[in-house]
Amino acid sequence: MSEQRMSAQRPYIRSTDGWWRDNPYYVRYMLREFSSLLVYAYGLVLLVGLVRLSQGEAAYDQWLEALRNPWALAFHGVMLLVLLYHTWSWFEIMPKTLPAIRLGGKRLSDGAINVIGLAAALVCCAALYGVALWLAR
Amino acid sequence: MDKRVESENLVETIEIEVLRYRPEQDIGPITQRFSVPYSNTMSVLEALQQIKDEQDPTLSFRWSCRMAICGSCGMMINGVPKLACRTFLHEYYPARISVAPLKHFPIERDLVIAAAQYIRKLESIKPYIVPREPRSLEQGEYLQSPAQVERYKQFSTCINCMLCYAACPQFGLDSKFLGPGVLSLAPRYNADSRDGARDERMAMMHTDEGVWGCTAVGYCSEVCPKDVDPANAVNQNKMTSALDYFLRFVMPGRTT
Repeated sequence: MSEQRMSAQRPYIRSTDGWWRDNPYYVRYMLREFSSLLVYAYGLVLLVGLVRLSQGEAAYDQWLEALRNPWALAFHGVMLLVLLYHTWSWFEIMPKTLPAIRLGGKRLSDGAINVIGLAAALVCCAALYGVALWLAR
Repeated sequence: MDKRVESENLVETIEIEVLRYRPEQDIGPITQRFSVPYSNTMSVLEALQQIKDEQDPTLSFRWSCRMAICGSCGMMINGVPKLACRTFLHEYYPARISVAPLKHFPIERDLVIAAAQYIRKLESIKPYIVPREPRSLEQGEYLQSPAQVERYKQFSTCINCMLCYAACPQFGLDSKFLGPGVLSLAPRYNADSRDGARDERMAMMHTDEGVWGCTAVGYCSEVCPKDVDPANAVNQNKMTSALDYFLRFVMPGRTT
């Protein structure tokens, strides 16, 4: 009789290299995570502005001047799109990260959480611009 | 010409490409194509059964109930984790269908994955009610209000099919991660008013292999055939875990 066993156990482990390219869902996830790094980068730009402000008017004006550079403007254009995507992706995943909210015994739907979140972001942005405009009068 | 052959030629067929792995002869997985008679009521599981019955009896796969309740026939169908019994050929016909074992698990043989590690994790969170207080038969049953049932009902429909594990890249990258299924079953019992083992389960949930190993990819909830919404269960528990962490400073005597 052959020595070969029919029940030979030799579990095969598949590689996970390049896993995020396997599925469009993972690509969107990676974009969401990557956009948070760019949000961080833009936070640094604003932080530099704050430091320059503390150094006096001349320093602050220099920072403002630097931001008028065409490259800086292009950077802002890109950042606007990134931040819009980041905001959207944040509220898109929100129904998964929030505990179930019940209104009158019924669970608030995922779509409702998306819409309320985005509306809140919109209202906050509008309020912030309102205050900024009012201060700059 | 033979009438039988002629009529056979008229049968519509669909190509099924199966990832095979026979540990006693293959170094690694290989693909094999089969041509299966097509009908629009046929599931992918039935196609695999046709192959096993009529073409190659060595093809191995798990199945049992054929009606999406036993959770045995989870596999990657065109790269997406699905139950083969409730995925139908007509969703793909006339294109070829590729079938592979659930991703992120070691392949035992053909479409059969090694699930022992999952079972160990499942056991570790005590997926059963540990009575909060002992009751004698004379005291009667443990009563629960509909509102109390509502708190865990959604998470109680899990059939342990492991599709969410095949959807979870964090589990793929680190198999020690308890994973979406087990992390949704723990809150199912924690949220049960009759249960008293919450502290033991939370001790496991607090770790990096517990809820904190989740990065909210969310694909587990997309593929769940029972709408358990594991991503929601896991992320709710991040909040519970964080609360437990801070509460122990203000409420001495808490064990977790």
